[in-house]
Amino acid sequence: MSGHTFVEKALARAAHADSARAGDVLDVQPDLIFSHDNSAAIRRIFMETGAQRIARPDRVAITLDHAAPAPTTQHAQNHAEIREWVRQQGIANFFEVGRGICHQVISEEALVLPGEVILGADSHSTHYGWLGAFGMGVGRTEMAALWATGELWLQVPESMRITLTGHLRPGVTSKDLALFILGQWGADGGQYRSVEFAGEGISSLTLDQRAVLPNMMAEFGAMSAYIPPDQAIFDYLERNRQRDYTPLYPDDDAIYADDYIIDLSSLQPQVAIPHSPDNVHNLSDVIGQPIQQAFIGTCTNGRYEDLAAAAEILAGHHVAVRTIVIPASSEVLLRATRSGVLQTLIEAGATINTPGCGPCMGNHMGIPAPDEATISTGNRNFRGRMGTAQADIYLASPAVVAASAIAGAIADPHEILIQQQAINASGAIL
Amino acid sequence: MSHHRVWVYGDHINTDVIFPGKYTYTMKDPTQMASVALQDLDENFASQVQAGDVIVAGRNWGCGSSREQAVTALKYAGVRTLIAASFNGLYFRNCINQGVHPIVCPGLADTLQTGDSIEIDLDEHVIVANGNAYPIPTLSPTVRAILETGGLVNMLRERDWPMAEAT
Ligand code: SF4
Repeated sequence: MSGHTFVEKALARAAHADSARAGDVLDVQPDLIFSHDNSAAIRRIFMETGAQRIARPDRVAITLDHAAPAPTTQHAQNHAEIREWVRQQGIANFFEVGRGICHQVISEEALVLPGEVILGADSHSTHYGWLGAFGMGVGRTEMAALWATGELWLQVPESMRITLTGHLRPGVTSKDLALFILGQWGADGGQYRSVEFAGEGISSLTLDQRAVLPNMMAEFGAMSAYIPPDQAIFDYLERNRQRDYTPLYPDDDAIYADDYIIDLSSLQPQVAIPHSPDNVHNLSDVIGQPIQQAFIGTCTNGRYEDLAAAAEILAGHHVAVRTIVIPASSEVLLRATRSGVLQTLIEAGATINTPGCGPCMGNHMGIPAPDEATISTGNRNFRGRMGTAQADIYLASPAVVAASAIAGAIADPHEILIQQQAINASGAIL
Repeated sequence: MSHHRVWVYGDHINTDVIFPGKYTYTMKDPTQMASVALQDLDENFASQVQAGDVIVAGRNWGCGSSREQAVTALKYAGVRTLIAASFNGLYFRNCINQGVHPIVCPGLADTLQTGDSIEIDLDEHVIVANGNAYPIPTLSPTVRAILETGGLVNMLRERDWPMAEAT
């Protein structure tokens, strides 16, 4: 009998079953469930079910992040309804406007832990694989059912393994790796699967870098994704965690539907071009493509290291196009304030907005005009994603977005760094 | 056996195209949602779709966001069956939970054009199109039960819920 994958173990545990296999349908009781600005809509469905109380309000989280602060009266009303609901139901984990994007905030607050199951009314709930948890997105009706009953039917997915070897070269990031995966195997390459990362390459990735991978596996069609947690993850969670946990790891003889190996040192910077995140090219092939807006933020690349990477490129330069920076959380914002990263960004001409999703899905704070192109650190470049159907969206790493902001066209950050080094060196000679 | 007119689409049709994200927090009425369904893909769809019509698509239908309005909009436009070579996993779940039948059927979209008609025989588990029969995959009992009750909300309505304590 072969061993079990991570997902088989995690879902069996959450369903209180002895074991499970891909294909089994289980009633799973997640450790945490969450929603965001969509909570008012979920409440309306919840009321239709006849239920009156949320089953486990201590295991519910709600963030206001998708259109925050409210851009219109309608959005404000939506937020007000949610606040009232939180109060009525005694929901334990509520995060106000400005605290940040659900995935970042829930991670920082250690509300989900390795080996646990988290279901969110958001497609990028695959995100929590970076902590060694099973994270999956669910629809509004499913979230209403979860509020009512605390459980949901799930079919255990097949798994695929992506083994990472070697190290990323300087200037190459986990965003490039995620885009490379999408480019190689397509937007349905991981469809309804658990994408389980493995290999010594993982330990070379910083925590901020790791969070990008499971997040972007939503674009791969994956049901969930997983990175085996190590000491760095345990240390990260230690500050805020409120319960004990037991991490889960796949068995060595687990069966994978696909098994890929990627040598990190072979990768180069990638850019996804309109209108799909799997329409991926080497950066060198798209250099010079004009852009009218640069956006650094989102749950994919709005963390401290992302802002710092952008600041490293922007230091001493001035942006040629409007450049919007939105930290993924108040914690990121505070850290970037204290370290001086924010000052560097502002001096370079960037503008800083309230932590949250911003223009990522076209709600506010950076909607492009028709026929404009945006280069974004986000995860999705579907037509109309940022609110304007006739606008193009390019996806890249924070350094590439920063370099492009300086040039007004897609540019290579490496060249800017070399120029800077040359200037510094000649300064030293003079 | 039932007859259906089809709307045929390609691969990787994402939820932003099926139901634009800009309406997600502002549009609440499902009939209104139906009026913008597939707006950015096929401008004829919303005005010409009729109850009982079926969408037949290629690979990865419904990829992208988890927004279930991308199912609701089609449901209220009268589409109760969706056929695709493959579905995004979340989208597939959203269909079941709203009582819309997702049928995985690779290759069918290649043989049809919008306006053609097909026959669906749920008892025999086949789709008949252009004289060819395509199998309809069977669903697990849990999933079939939700679908047959008309979705998760209907299923939950049948439960006896504890009354809320006075607060
Ligand atoms: S930042 Fe974008 S992708 Fe992330 S949760 Fe917000 S809207 Fe979704």
